Amino acid sequence: MRHRVATKKLGMMTAHRKAVLRNMMISLFKHERIRTTKQKAKVLRSIAEKAITRAKVDNLHNRRIIAKKIHDKPVLDKLFKVIAPRFAERNGGYTRILKLRQRITDAADMVFIELVDRKEKAAKSKKKTVEKETEKKAPAKEAAAKKPAVKSEAKKTPAKKSAGAKDVRTASLKNEKTEEKTEEKAAKKPKEKTVEKTVVKDTPKTKAKKAAAEEKKA
Amino acid sequence: MAVPKYKTSKARTRQRRSINMKLSAPTLVECGNCGNRVLLHRVCPKCGFYRGKQILKPEELA
Ligand SMILES: [Zn+2]
Repeated sequence: MRHRVATKKLGMMTAHRKAVLRNMMISLFKHERIRTTKQKAKVLRSIAEKAITRAKVDNLHNRRIIAKKIHDKPVLDKLFKVIAPRFAERNGGYTRILKLRQRITDAADMVFIELVDRKEKAAKSKKKTVEKETEKKAPAKEAAAKKPAVKSEAKKTPAKKSAGAKDVRTASLKNEKTEEKTEEKAAKKPKEKTVEKTVVKDTPKTKAKKAAAEEKKA
Repeated sequence: MAVPKYKTSKARTRQRRSINMKLSAPTLVECGNCGNRVLLHRVCPKCGFYRGKQILKPEELA
């Protein structure tokens, strides 16, 4: 029984509305996240999820039905070969709507609509910060650490890199602060090392290692 | 024909209107990441975080 289920008209005539939603569905499958108004997103969610459910069975009939709406061969292929298999275990709820701030011009509620299992492409800025940190750390250490402490240096660098990576994951805004801190640390630590190492140099390598380990703990 | 006997006073008019003219402040919560006051169920417009995840990159923030 399908009584009193009104079509959301979105202030457009039928042909216009169909065209808009069709284009939006293509964009959603192509880019996996698009920014629209809340009302459009909610209509799009309905038709896009139905398309994904149908695309789970890849046969000529289903392809023809969905090709009526997706007039883009590569996107159609992506839907059937990439997106639908990803959702094989999931029964509905393939998309997510994230509410953003209102649009400035007309105060429309803006949202992101995205595929639930969308993976974040590693952002360029994040990569750069990581590279910068590692670059800054590495040469400083090489300069500071002299021959006896080569092994301990090799141990330390990977641990620090992972710590830096964690910072990036947790917060990019905090990132700036942490970056500054890490830089400070990086600046401080090598100096301490040089002092200790010059002292320890006369003693055998094993003792130097122990001293380095104690330094780590401290 | 029924006709009002008295002029509606300013006070009566305003009493009637005051109920419908009432403004309410939006409910705000603190962003879990930066502490900015944000509307519920909304991506933080200042830091781009929502439910502990970075949704908007810093360069995307308007
Ligand atoms: Zn925030």
